[in-house]
Parts: sequence; C-alpha cells; structure tokens
Amino acid sequence: MTTPGRVVATDGPAGPGGPVGAGRTVLRVDGLSVGTRQTPLLSDVSFSVDRGERVGLIGESGSGKSLTALAVMGLLPEGLGASGDVRLSARTPAARNLLGVGEREMARVRGDGMSMVFQEPMTALNPTMRVGDQVAEVMLLHRTQPSRSAARRRVVELLGQVDLPDPAHLARSYPHELSGGQRQRVVLAIALANDPALLICDEPTTALDVTVQATVLDLVVRGVEERDSAMLFITHDLGVVATVCERVLVMYGGRIVEAGPVQEVFADPRHRYTQGLVAASDLAGADGRRGRAQLPTIPGTVPPAGRFPSGCVFRTRCTHATQACASQPPWTPRGKHPAGAAAYGHACVHPAGGDDD
Amino acid sequence: MILRLLQRLVVLVTSLVVASLVVFGFMRVLPGDPARVALGVNASDAAVAQLREQFGLDRPVPVQYLDWVGGLLTLDPGIEFVSRAAIGPQIADRLQVTLWLVVASMVLALVIALPVGLWMAVRHRHWDGVVLSALSQVGVAVPAFLAGIVLISVFAVRLRWVPSGGWVVPAQDPVGFLQRLALPTLSLALVQAAVLARYIRSAVLDVLREDYLRTARAKGLRPVQALVRHGLRNAAVPVVTVLGLQLATLLIGAVVIERVFVIPGLGSLLLDSVAKRELLTVQAVVMVLVVAVLVINFVVDLLYLVIDPRLRTGAR
Repeated sequence: MTTPGRVVATDGPAGPGGPVGAGRTVLRVDGLSVGTRQTPLLSDVSFSVDRGERVGLIGESGSGKSLTALAVMGLLPEGLGASGDVRLSARTPAARNLLGVGEREMARVRGDGMSMVFQEPMTALNPTMRVGDQVAEVMLLHRTQPSRSAARRRVVELLGQVDLPDPAHLARSYPHELSGGQRQRVVLAIALANDPALLICDEPTTALDVTVQATVLDLVVRGVEERDSAMLFITHDLGVVATVCERVLVMYGGRIVEAGPVQEVFADPRHRYTQGLVAASDLAGADGRRGRAQLPTIPGTVPPAGRFPSGCVFRTRCTHATQACASQPPWTPRGKHPAGAAAYGHACVHPAGGDDD
Repeated sequence: MILRLLQRLVVLVTSLVVASLVVFGFMRVLPGDPARVALGVNASDAAVAQLREQFGLDRPVPVQYLDWVGGLLTLDPGIEFVSRAAIGPQIADRLQVTLWLVVASMVLALVIALPVGLWMAVRHRHWDGVVLSALSQVGVAVPAFLAGIVLISVFAVRLRWVPSGGWVVPAQDPVGFLQRLALPTLSLALVQAAVLARYIRSAVLDVLREDYLRTARAKGLRPVQALVRHGLRNAAVPVVTVLGLQLATLLIGAVVIERVFVIPGLGSLLLDSVAKRELLTVQAVVMVLVVAVLVINFVVDLLYLVIDPRLRTGAR
C-alpha cells in the first residue's frame, strides 16, 4: 500500500511503534489534545491502528470517544482546537500530520483514505436526495469511478454487498422510504465505496433494533475484512467490542486509561475504571450472574466536560484512590505488543490484578 | 404524488368558491342599496329603479351571484354604474402596473436576501454576520411607506436622479419607466429583503446543524460545497413558505406604495372605486386579489411537493 518513497519524513515524534508507512500502521495518533481555549476535552491521546486491524474505543458517554474520531476526521465542531500528531498512511496525501493540513487537502482524504459511519442512521442521509445518488456522490467526488453511469453501476453492487434487497430499485428511493437498519447499510456503503484505508465507526448499531444490530455489525466486519482496512470502532457496548475487535482502548475523561488485546483487558483489567466497566457489563453472560443479583455499577457519574479532576481523571469515582492519584499516573506497559507500548498497558497507580485483590 | 396534486387542486377550487361567496355576500350585506349608493342620496327614485333594472339588481340574489361568477369566468365583470366604462380592461391595465411593481420588488428582494441570508448564517459566529443580522433586524422594523418617503426625499428631491412618482408605459418610454419603477421597487424590496434574509438565515442555520451535513463533510465535501449540494434544498421549504406570504403581502401592500408614488396600480383603482362607490368594480378588484393570493398558495403547495419527497407520499 505504501511505496518506500512515501515513507513518512521524520519531522515529528515517530512514536514507539515506528513511523507510519514503515509497516502496516494505517493510523497513528500521538499526543492528541482537543479543547476550547479554557477547557481541555482530550489530553495526550496516543494510539495506532494497523492495516486489517480492528480496534475498539470504549468508555461511558462523555469520555471523549466521539471527539477522538471527529479530531481524526478533521470534523471538530467550531470553537474546538486540536494539537498533537495524527498521521494516516493512505493513498492521499503522503503521511503528513493531518492536524496541520488545510481544509481543502483534508477534504480530499475524507471519504477516500478514511471514512466514517455515524451513530444515528435516521438523520445521517439527506432526505431530499435519492440514496443511490448519495452513494454515487462520494465516488464521483473522489473520481474513483470514471463516469456517472459507471458510478451508478457500482452503487448497485455496493448496495448489494451490504445485503440490501433489490439494490437497483432501492438506489432510486429516498431515505424516508427505508428503515433505520437499511439506512445504516446505505451509510456503510457510502463509507466503504472508495475502499478506505481506515474506517471509523461511531456507535454504528446503538440506534438500531437489537435484531438488526448483529446483521449490521456483521456487514461492517465483512466490509473491512474484504478491503483489509483498518477500523476504529467506538462503542460503549463491551460485548460488541469482544466480538468485533482484536484490540481495545479504554477511555475516560478524555484520556486513554488502559489499552491491550480484548481478551486480556476484559478478562484481567488493570485500571480501576476498566475493572468497573467490565463488572458493570454482562460480559460474563447469563450464567455468570447468579439469581437476581444486581449488576455492580461504577459509583457517581461522569463529570461534565472540563470538570474532571487533575491527576488521575477517575480518582473522584474510584474506591482505591489515594493521595498518590493526585498526580497524573504514568503509563505502565504490560507485556510486549507489536503495536508498541501504548497499545498494551494502563495508567493506574493502584492497578487491579495485584495480590491485594 | 398524483393524489397529493388532486388534493391541492380540490383545496384551491373550494377556496375559490368560498372566497367568491364571501366577497359577493359581503358587498350585499353592506347597508344600503348598491344602486342608491352609486347614484347618491339626491337621485330620484325612478333613476334608482332604472339602474336596478339595468344591472339586474332586482333579480333574486342567487341569480345575481351566478351571473356575477359567470362574468368573472368569462373575464367580463361588466360595466360601472355611473361612467358605464367596462371594468375588465381597467383592471387589466392596473394589474399590469401592479405586477411590474410586485414582481420587480420580489425579484430584487430575493437577489438581496439570498446572499445576505446565507452570509449571516455561515458567519453567524463572526462580527460581520452579527452586524448584518442586526442591520436586517432594523430593516424588518421599517414600514415600506417610510422607506419610500426617505428614498423620495434623498433620490428625487435632493439628488434629483429620478422623478418622485408617476408612471409611464414601458413600451412608450423604457428609460422613464425604469426611473419611475426604481424607487417604489426599492422601498418595497428593501423591507421584504430584510424579512426574507432573516428567514433564510434561520433556515440555513437549522440545516447546518443537521447530521446529513456532517455526513456530506465526511464524504469529502468542503463546508460550502456541502451546504450548497445538501443544505440549500432542505432549507428551501421554510423559505418558500415565507416567499409565498411575502408575495401575497406585496400584492395587497402595494396599495400604500402606489399612493406614495402616485402609481396607477390595482390598489389605486380599488381606493378610487371605493370613493366613487362603484360596488361592481370594488367587488371585481377584491376578487382578483383573492384569486391571486389563492393561486400563490397553490403554487407554494406544489413547490413543497417538488422540494421535499417526504411530502409526496403517505399520510402526514
């Protein structure tokens, strides 16, 4: 995918995993911070996603998951600024820090090198435009199809690939004539139309009926597998992460507090926040819960933006917090991982899994 | 779609029938006999009786109504009581003048409001957007006749660029026509543009918050591209509503501006006929205005169907 001539210049922090383009890394985020002038919303977020890899980003609402995705896409709302280093190794343009790239160039990457599926399918499509035209637009815009008629043929193929019935007919309908699940398939077809190197999914199944969720998830996974695309999958559903992703990033208070392979992190969480999340989810399944025992919850609620404590962001809700947590806990790598130290470890002074519990 | 169209047509025809009944009935319930009113209190009973007979006012009211409607449908609303002048040609002449004024002001208002409204929306967080927005607020508060008087005192009285009023037929004197059209058009258009721009601003602001605009950005459209390709059509529905209302307001509101600029439009004819107590003329002019407003509403309804596919199918 990347030729030696397009290997990234060493004009920025290369990160522990090596520069983008050297291997299979598609997206590398280093020290990403986002906020208004007064309020920091994301602090020092670092991670990478490899080609063909599916990485989950989990956390409660308000922990900064969507903001991370929007910062990568360069679609932050007005008034928010981003600093740090975001590199995408894709067809366009050569791996430069996307945060410093102008809107015109950034627009060329969006929908082509990377694309995104949003949470709410009911409002994600233009109600006054036929869905086929909305799919065709992204190909014509990036000139990945030579002509309008070629794009139209490809639209029918794409809609068929996301298992929509009678795609030729469906391409001529308007969004209001489709169900939520069907609309999300159309959104997925748009996102996959140009075979993106990176697909970002922001809670793509949360707004759907439970019966449709599994099917759509399956289509998402199939879509990225066929294209060997990297995927960043945002959700608050740990069960979904466990079935879809290989690696997981746990986010809280605008920071990544724990990261690692899904199996290890969920079976043996280290950060007290992850521990709480895992305990509060029903990952263990029905037989894991005895009788009518209540699911444990994390005490307190997520503070509003900018009201997280200094030091460990979780310490105001953590039963293990001590004076030591008042300063930012250092990142503690946990075993070797090919994607680097940031990919497997945690930032907790009193990690779980020790001898005391 | 066809069903919706028929539905709107039925609504149009029904409203036309009801409107004609109201206009006709209203004029008849006014106290006093139309013939007596037209001839004045000093007319002899014989003269009044003669007029009543000539104009069929002695026939039963339903017959009179049907006769009147028949006349309207054949575009021949009859003649005036006193002058015996045909009403139809008078209205046609006056309507032409008013239409020039209304259409020119509406087009000018749209030409001003569209870019200004868009700019106010896109730049609503910046000082220029805020200043424009404040200016348009002021524009909304100014009545058209006041704008007219100010324009006359500046451009006609002080600068002497254009005459302060009057009218010539465009075919006779195109330059003079445009000179006389300029100020009344401007005074109507400025106020309408201010209102329209505010509606465009809020419609576009609503659209800018929509998820599908973010989808458009995620596809790789730049902000302005996304707004033009995906936003404008969606913003058009509320704007078309306001356009229709404004057109109707202009048509009727032109009466005042026609007075200010001494323009022989439909409004002037209406006022003159009222003064002359020419009931039939008043009736006909009012009916023409009502028909125009109803047709405007009908066209607006059709435009909804064209713009928004969601309105074409199914129940509301």
